[in-house]
Amino acid sequence: MKGCQVSLSLADVKKVAMLARLQLSDTELERMTHQLGQIVDYVNQLAELDTESVTPLSHAGELVNVFAEDKPRPGLSRAEVLSGAPKQDDECYRVPAVLGE
Amino acid sequence: MNLLAASATDLVRLLESGDVSSVDLTRVFLERIKSCDTAVHAFASVTQEAALAQARELDELRAGGKPVGKLAGVPVAVKDVLCTKGQLTTCGSRMLASYAPPYDATVITRLRAAGAVLLGKTNMDEFAMGSSTETSFHGPTENPWDRQRTPGGSSGGAAAAVAASMASLSVGSDTGGSIRQPAAFCGVVGLKPTYGRVSRYGLVAFASSLDQVGPLASTAEDVALLLEVIAGHDERDSTSADLPVPSYGELLSEPLQGLRIGIVESHFAEGLDGEIEESVRRAVAIYEQLGATVHPVELPHSRYAIATYYIIASCEASGNLARYDGAHYGHRTDEGRMLEELAEERRLLVESGDADGAEQLDGPLVRMYRRTRAEGFGDEVKRRIMLGTYALSAGYYDAYYLKALKVRRRIRDDFDAAFQQVDVIAGPVTPTPAFPLGERTDDPLSMYLGDLYTVSANLAGIPALSLPCGLTASGLPIALQLQAPPFEEARLLRAAHQFQGETDWHTRRPSLVEES
Amino acid sequence: MREQPYEIVIGLEVHVQLRTRTKLFCRCSTEFGQPANTQTCPVCTGQPGSLPVMNRDAFQLSMKTALALHCQIPEFTRWDRKQYYYPDLPKGYQISQYDLPMSCDGWLEICDSQGVFDPKRVGIIRAHLEEDAGKSMHDETSGRADSRIDLNRTGTPLLEIVSQPDLRSAAEARAYLDELKLLLQYLDVSDCNMQEGSLRVDANVNLHLDEPGGVIATPIVEIKNLNSFRAVERALEYESQRQYEVWLEKGVKKGDIPKQTRGWDDQLEVTRAQRHKEESSDYRYFPDPDLVPVVVTPDEVERVRATVGELPAALRLRLQEEYDVSEYDANVIVNQGRDFVGYFVEVADASGDARRTSNWIQQEILRRLNELQMSIRQFPVTAAALAGLVKAIASGELDSSRGRDVFGRMFEHGESAAEAMQSLGIVSVDAGSLRSLCEGLLAENPRVVAEVKEGKQKAVGALIGQAKRLNPNVNPSEVREICLELIAQQ
Ligand SMILES: [Zn+2]
Repeated sequence: MKGCQVSLSLADVKKVAMLARLQLSDTELERMTHQLGQIVDYVNQLAELDTESVTPLSHAGELVNVFAEDKPRPGLSRAEVLSGAPKQDDECYRVPAVLGE
Repeated sequence: MNLLAASATDLVRLLESGDVSSVDLTRVFLERIKSCDTAVHAFASVTQEAALAQARELDELRAGGKPVGKLAGVPVAVKDVLCTKGQLTTCGSRMLASYAPPYDATVITRLRAAGAVLLGKTNMDEFAMGSSTETSFHGPTENPWDRQRTPGGSSGGAAAAVAASMASLSVGSDTGGSIRQPAAFCGVVGLKPTYGRVSRYGLVAFASSLDQVGPLASTAEDVALLLEVIAGHDERDSTSADLPVPSYGELLSEPLQGLRIGIVESHFAEGLDGEIEESVRRAVAIYEQLGATVHPVELPHSRYAIATYYIIASCEASGNLARYDGAHYGHRTDEGRMLEELAEERRLLVESGDADGAEQLDGPLVRMYRRTRAEGFGDEVKRRIMLGTYALSAGYYDAYYLKALKVRRRIRDDFDAAFQQVDVIAGPVTPTPAFPLGERTDDPLSMYLGDLYTVSANLAGIPALSLPCGLTASGLPIALQLQAPPFEEARLLRAAHQFQGETDWHTRRPSLVEES
Repeated sequence: MREQPYEIVIGLEVHVQLRTRTKLFCRCSTEFGQPANTQTCPVCTGQPGSLPVMNRDAFQLSMKTALALHCQIPEFTRWDRKQYYYPDLPKGYQISQYDLPMSCDGWLEICDSQGVFDPKRVGIIRAHLEEDAGKSMHDETSGRADSRIDLNRTGTPLLEIVSQPDLRSAAEARAYLDELKLLLQYLDVSDCNMQEGSLRVDANVNLHLDEPGGVIATPIVEIKNLNSFRAVERALEYESQRQYEVWLEKGVKKGDIPKQTRGWDDQLEVTRAQRHKEESSDYRYFPDPDLVPVVVTPDEVERVRATVGELPAALRLRLQEEYDVSEYDANVIVNQGRDFVGYFVEVADASGDARRTSNWIQQEILRRLNELQMSIRQFPVTAAALAGLVKAIASGELDSSRGRDVFGRMFEHGESAAEAMQSLGIVSVDAGSLRSLCEGLLAENPRVVAEVKEGKQKAVGALIGQAKRLNPNVNPSEVREICLELIAQQ
């Protein structure tokens, strides 16, 4: 379990906050670093278990091959789709310019 | 007859016989909510007009001799995490404070088809993350048994609504105990069905591989009634099980003679409240009187369940909650102020000669995302998003997520082995009774550790039920947890129903009810 | 070709929109060109609580394609979330396949009948399924104005086909793309329309330089915005030269800097660096818990393999072997598509003269199809009709130039060869009257007879013109043959 022994640094937390698109104040970053550190320390106890030959279980149901037939079904009207949008022009969603990002 | 105290099963009979109309019954519950919920705050929204319209329609159908559904006219409360078309679905979050989905969840469609009258949406921890309903943007729900205490969470509103007789049936969701723990704290029956038993389509996702919708009610019989309505295959949910739904209600009275009950002794170790231990052991003794036998079983990996759970749940949540970014629905930050903020930051950087810093500054789109999410999410949600993002970020996937999935397999294997020896596993739901509001809000880890008995069932995908089995000396509800192999909900309901035949814990109501 | 001081190393990533009626994970229509945001539902707009369900046909079509590319189909494949924020991606993640793609380790053979490069097998690393993003539109002239988002395309099934870096020139890259497109059209898995975005190409390119002390590689650059195959060629030519100049100037090697992304500017014909934040490549992939894995049995693989049909490479060989057409001709015919090959085969079989058929359809038919921008299915001369014409020519009933007149008539009026010949007043000249016509000509042209007897066989040509004037329906080669025969008998 390389990389898990050390609690998180403030720099780690800043980087993660950017990845998660969260703007955190300096106070929040500090508190987050402390709290996440505690939680990460706690969950690191899994490292003591040998799971070398264990198949991961990502679904309790373990279903496979669930398909839908390729037949169109009515969706939403444009008005319904856009009704919840914070900003729209009756045709499209509007967001701050995507250029250069 | 006191309609508020009647079980849903009784209400169905009264409605069928015409002793009460749906409209009258709905009014009784709406009145109850009006008089009671300013204190308890179990509801995030009450859909009075829609409920009365639905009730009227049902009365007309019945009067016209038309067929009506299994729950025709019965008032039901729904956790605010299930999408209701055109009606607020806030998930207890500022992010969705004014979000009205363009569609109904499958569970809602089934409830409507069965004639259930939807009273409103119940309060919950923000995005179902929490064990006390304190992280809700609407403010906390109070425990009807002691208003200084939490009703549990995240389905705190759902449990409190039933406990305070504001709804006879209630639908919640359970990702790590979110139905069972509040049911335990509020003295009602709550069932987390097998993963895949109830459709998740329209259930706002917290952790997709753990989330499951389930019923809450005062009696096991009512829980069975509601489960029959909401369970079943849904082609819109790839993880939904394509298995027939048993008639749970008809199986309730099959004798328990020979039922093998497993007890995990380590569940009674240090940390468990003494009164809870005593009540749980007494409950097990009642089962022995009913013909069951008791056997020790072991779940050796259950001590890793919380760590495993918090990794898996947070990783999945970090992905599921990425969609709340202010672009297509929900909250968006004030763009004017956002642009001013950016301009000011740029000015300061340029003035200080930090051209590099000015270059690295967020663009308007990124800043819109970051401010929107900072404003829209509360602390607990941010913590879990951060934890999940960290655990999935470059270099950590194997150490955290993959590792947790492997331990999850071990936990499931433990259950499979135990269920070779016993039919159900009995134990406590929570290590303590309802704790005071505010007690754990600043200590997330202590809040997480309270889930130690409940998270395993979600990890393993098995059904588990919380059943009132006592009161503490100070009058707080205590509950017994029963767990069974996948798709053995009928076994749990049968055991719970016959326990209720021998005891009267389920008839106890908080004094709140008696006063009003 | 000019000898270059470097070797270009190219790998291509091709995104193919699969021909399904509905999207990959919801049942919205994939029809192109509808008004913005009218082909959406809770799933493809990423509404809270909505869930994806896999399109069966999309999986079948991608399996068929992968098998045609000689890929392995692993028994177990699953869906992963690729997480990044962009407004045309409403869930905040794209459902894709990361470490367990539905196919891997295949190849596609490319060849050039003009011999610009040697035939080679281009390795296919993997082909995997993923959902498309929506469309963001921005008016660059308006400065800070909003971008507009249309989610109609969101969730459309894409097959991403990733080649090994096996391509060594822009021409090879072009040939790979042409061959891949042809294959996809034969399989009928995509309409391959680049204008509508059904086929999109990104190129990874760097140079290998022979330097003292060993081969040195320049940093790999990914080129985006390649909106035509022509653009791919131009961009690769430009980019390889650019990398060489940068190498000469700065000497930066692969590994010294992170992989760069550059965009192709079609107007100015240059590549330009795209702004790239380091963190944006941390996609935090993990298995999508809303979907279940797909398990493919060997039986299922064989069932799909049986639907693949005869592919271009095999067809080219068959045309050469069974129909005795040249490699070049086989290429031309096969590259026109499956319907065209079908037409050729039908005419060749019915007329019994494959070579003549090949010539006719390459010259007359292809020319007209190109002029009229028409497909062979719409062509007014049916295979049976053309076979009639080819037969008439082969039997000597018609000569080639009269044949072209007849063909013209068939094309204009949709007539059979016999009908067209009748319309044009062409009646075949019977052997007896042809013989007497020739005897008459020889009698009138003793000088020609003498010249032929002296060994100048060419001299007989003068008689052919006269014969045609006497009867336009005579077949020149027959006249020639009979005259020579009669002279020899004298
Ligand atoms: Zn859709």
